[in-house]
Amino acid sequence: YTHIYTHRQSVAQSEVQEQSRRWYSVSHLSVQERIDRKRNAALIGGGQKRIDAQHKRGKLTARERVELLLDKDSFVECDMFVEHRCSDFGMEEDHNKFAGDSVVTGQGRINGRLVYVFSQDFTVFGGSLSGAHAQKICKIMDQAMMVGAPVIGLNDSGGARIQEGVESLAGYADIFLRNVMASGVVPQISLIMGPCAGGAVYSPALTDFTFMVKDTSYLFITGPDVVKSVTNEDVTQEELGGAKTHTAVSGVAHRAFENDIDALLNLRNFFNFLPLSNQDPAPVTECHDPSDRLVPGLDTIVPFETTKAYDMLDIIQGIADEREFFEIMPNYAKNIVVGFARMNGRTVGIVGNQPKVASGCLDINSSVKGARFVRFCDAFNIPILTFVDVPGFLPGTSQEYGGIIRHGAKLLFAFAEATVPKITIITRKAYGGAYDVMSSKHLRGDVNYAWPSAEVAVMGAKGAVQIIFRGKSNQAEQEAEYVEKFANPFPAAVRGFVDDIIVPSTTRKRICRDLEVLASKKQTNPWKKHANIPL
Amino acid sequence: MAAYMITSTLRRVLLVAKHASFQSRCCVASSRVQYSTVYDSNEKTFDKILIANRGEIACRVMKTCKKMGIKTVAVHSDVDASAVHVKMADEAVCVGPAPTNKSYLNMDAIMDAIRKTGSQAVHPGYGFLSENKEFAKRLAAEDVVFIGPDTHAIHAMGDKIESKLLAKAANVNVIPGFDGVVEATRVILCSGGGGKGMRIAWNDDETREGFRLSSQEAASSFGDDRLLIEKFVDNPRHIEIQVLADKHGNALWLNERECSIQRRNQKVVEEAPSTFLDPETRRAMGEQAVQLAKAVQYSSAGTVEFLVDSNKNFYFLEMNTRLQVEHPITECITGLDLVQQMIRVAKGFPLLHKQEDIPINGWAIESRVYAEDPYKSFGLPSIGRLSQYQEPIHLPKVRVDSGIQEGSDISIYYDPMISKLVTYGATRAEALQRMEAALDNYVIRGVTHNIPLLREIITHPRFISGDITTNFLPEEYPEGFKGHQLTSEGRRELVATAAALYVSAQLRSQRFLGNLRVSTTPQEQRQWELCVELEKGSHTVAVSRSGSTFTVEVDGVTVEVSGEWNLASALLPVTINRTPRVLQCLSRDAGGDITLQYLGTQFKVRVLSQLVSTLSAHMPEKVPEDTSSILRSPMPGSVVAVSVKPGDVVAEGQEICVIEAMKMQNSLIAAKAAKVKSVHCKAGETVGEGDLLVQLE
Repeated sequence: YTHIYTHRQSVAQSEVQEQSRRWYSVSHLSVQERIDRKRNAALIGGGQKRIDAQHKRGKLTARERVELLLDKDSFVECDMFVEHRCSDFGMEEDHNKFAGDSVVTGQGRINGRLVYVFSQDFTVFGGSLSGAHAQKICKIMDQAMMVGAPVIGLNDSGGARIQEGVESLAGYADIFLRNVMASGVVPQISLIMGPCAGGAVYSPALTDFTFMVKDTSYLFITGPDVVKSVTNEDVTQEELGGAKTHTAVSGVAHRAFENDIDALLNLRNFFNFLPLSNQDPAPVTECHDPSDRLVPGLDTIVPFETTKAYDMLDIIQGIADEREFFEIMPNYAKNIVVGFARMNGRTVGIVGNQPKVASGCLDINSSVKGARFVRFCDAFNIPILTFVDVPGFLPGTSQEYGGIIRHGAKLLFAFAEATVPKITIITRKAYGGAYDVMSSKHLRGDVNYAWPSAEVAVMGAKGAVQIIFRGKSNQAEQEAEYVEKFANPFPAAVRGFVDDIIVPSTTRKRICRDLEVLASKKQTNPWKKHANIPL
Repeated sequence: MAAYMITSTLRRVLLVAKHASFQSRCCVASSRVQYSTVYDSNEKTFDKILIANRGEIACRVMKTCKKMGIKTVAVHSDVDASAVHVKMADEAVCVGPAPTNKSYLNMDAIMDAIRKTGSQAVHPGYGFLSENKEFAKRLAAEDVVFIGPDTHAIHAMGDKIESKLLAKAANVNVIPGFDGVVEATRVILCSGGGGKGMRIAWNDDETREGFRLSSQEAASSFGDDRLLIEKFVDNPRHIEIQVLADKHGNALWLNERECSIQRRNQKVVEEAPSTFLDPETRRAMGEQAVQLAKAVQYSSAGTVEFLVDSNKNFYFLEMNTRLQVEHPITECITGLDLVQQMIRVAKGFPLLHKQEDIPINGWAIESRVYAEDPYKSFGLPSIGRLSQYQEPIHLPKVRVDSGIQEGSDISIYYDPMISKLVTYGATRAEALQRMEAALDNYVIRGVTHNIPLLREIITHPRFISGDITTNFLPEEYPEGFKGHQLTSEGRRELVATAAALYVSAQLRSQRFLGNLRVSTTPQEQRQWELCVELEKGSHTVAVSRSGSTFTVEVDGVTVEVSGEWNLASALLPVTINRTPRVLQCLSRDAGGDITLQYLGTQFKVRVLSQLVSTLSAHMPEKVPEDTSSILRSPMPGSVVAVSVKPGDVVAEGQEICVIEAMKMQNSLIAAKAAKVKSVHCKAGETVGEGDLLVQLE
């Protein structure tokens, strides 16, 4: 892949070749002139023809992307003069040297808040990763960790710089290590804006959020050609690793956007939800939505028939500031809804069972999706709101064989270890082990509410009666008795497992008030090197 | 039906009813009907009335009952268990599952409910059982008072053929030549009401098609498939007279209502009085209406509908023996509470008013706000959950009769009416002006609604001049309704407001509270160079801000926009070049897409920075799917018939299938001549809006 680029480069860059030769051979140029020339060369990356080709693919250049992502004139570039150090295969020639190599790095501001950015430049050697390229990325990551600011990577790279061999591989590992070290220290976001293949995929995988651009970005370990030769499968790039695959099937990516511009503007919007580091509080923005606003629609949203579905998103949008909810993984494991919103201007993470999909049950994928989100919120001081309507874990051989026990345990683990403010609202069913898992009082829930429609029980009436009154007739009557006793919020409320039974329309008001109280919450877990989450 | 057999259901109902009770109080408080009628507490009518209806009319009746100190009983289907009319009532009984023939038309269940609750009288509202003589008979048999005319009048007027003969005998003008053969005809169901099943046929083919569809609708809606065919009067106005009669031979006419603005023979905008009638014609019509009422010994409120031609000749159309949907406008101009009068009359009290006591005070306009898409045949039903809903009752002289609230579902089972929005004023101009403001301030989210059409109608020069006929909509919008057409000034106003809103949101997203790590160095931007895209046009815009006022230069012309710029509010009140306007912001996203409701119509605007605008040129165009070979359901409903099977060759315009929604049958046709590739639906199935029905090759 990268070979082809090197070859094309030498043909297309004959003009630059002329010029760049002169830089080194002509001595009458002053240092200032040489600086200016280098800077200008860095600004056009692989040259106008490659820029045009990039545009033709519907993609923006690395610099255009940075400009869109950051506040106007806020970008401070770093390492513009860095060049690769490869001396094999003719790479040492002047025309194969590019100021800044195949990545643009630096820091800037998003709505005034600091962020470190790297943006891979596909116009230079297909954005392939050289030792120098990796070194540039590592430099800004180190700094980001020192000052406590997020790192955003804009990925558009053909892969390893094959000409550099192990140096390129070492570069990847250097980045991986920093991804791991920075994990839980500063938020890390990857936006895949072109190819990202082979070992390169592990950097986005290690970051907190991976977003993709529809139709122009791909993520895979091996491309369709290798797949064909190894497994004889016929598959297109899009099917194998396109945005649709990763947001709906594999769960690798958290969201996809229409095009480069849409993705970058949305990323700016998303950034406003995040704290700068684990030492900073979740941001509070100016809010025009009254914190005591009643939401009358919630009083009728839960249907009378316990088997009838409703949309949990209606509840979430109803209570959130300005109905704004930035959903994470909206197309994957849809039986659980996770994402960010604001309550009275304050960022919160919201987790909700989705009764509309598979009755909102917990299964392998939804548990893992929920767990990772909860851990992100906990790591970055973001309070967690949990809306519970869960009939239990999904039964069946495919789930058991797939390891629902250990995967379900991840969600349980995540909720239990979280020390950020945790507010739970049981809207309807909270059955069985899933009740415990969903941020229950027993897992250190700070405030747990039940709506009048809540039913906290080991299981639904029918199943319960079949066990309790096995073999006895008159099941209908016994079912009614069970319903009267258990299918309501009282058993949990009399034991203090829910703090109050609230009128649904007052939910927003209650949560806003509680969050204000809990803002100063301090809770620590026992000292440990790290916990051992059942991965 | 024995409701609440399962204890769990009962428990849940009680719980919800308890915490929801404060809401129904809000509803009652919000009704600001100004009646001159006195509610005489010494005049004993009934202790308890059952309202055999749902939605706004059930709520409407209950409001008067409360004023009269009468206890109310609601009936409801299972899906309506938490509906507003159920919360408003003192008692509620479930009468069956969602389909109307199993609940609101289920006489056995309703009779049970009456017995169980000990109701002394039944108000039927309109539609459902309101003109069902069988129901009236069953009530009479059990000594329960039917709040409406007696069975004789219902029977006489319910049959459209018999009613015409009776009217003729009572010296009421009837349509000439309705028994002859004529070029254009109309096909009417015999037992129908409200224009349902009514079709105009201009040629033999259409007559055949109309006959088929109408008889099907008649059979499914009324269980009576007889049809009436009569001459079609061209360019008519639809003007009706409200009558009120008691059991002592007194009858009054309460002036007219002009209901000419219709689509598919269903009323959209009504007003009282009519701009067209002079006092003589009014009196002549009123007197004939009273003659007819007396001829059938009518008691209660009723409506005599007339067609009026351009020479003020009027012809009897039919008599509706019930409270009409549009009764509020008559109440506004006469000050009478018609429901109260119906209840009094049903108890046997004589009318207290004389004909000379009936005034015309000012002017009232009613807009029927429907959950429907006005861009499809002036309104095809839409469904959904009202995610946000605010009635404009904070404005003066606005009355909203509704039976829904935020969070309610508009389902496929019932009429898609959201509310009746009534405004009144001393003059027609004042009432119209208030209607404009009321429509602008009406917040409805979650379902498609017809406010764009309503607002266009009431601001249309021809409507304002009063020169209207029942053909107003097809004549003024021959290509179908396309929304408000922007003038170049309107365009600038809209673009400027969108730009100002965008800048407000941008500025707000930079304001963090108590966060010390926000850069302090950059000065707040004072000038924005933007590019605003609207309806395929692109505008260069420069915005500068001073406080809450934005000076926006749109293509070189300066527009000044000021406002509060509350980004959480559904309403966006602004002052544009010193003119106050209320816009609504329906959506605003990070990509710069803003949907604004401006002059009733929703416009998609895209606000981009110059940088984004320049770079947008590189973004790939995404190709939308070709729709000419795909037939999708234009609305949610059930499939009545599928006329094709895979492999059939269809001609352009040939019927492919028939979808029934809210009791209207809609025939879907092929957009091009082609072979049928696949059929994805079958008769009896329920389909959602946008569902794939048939694919052509």
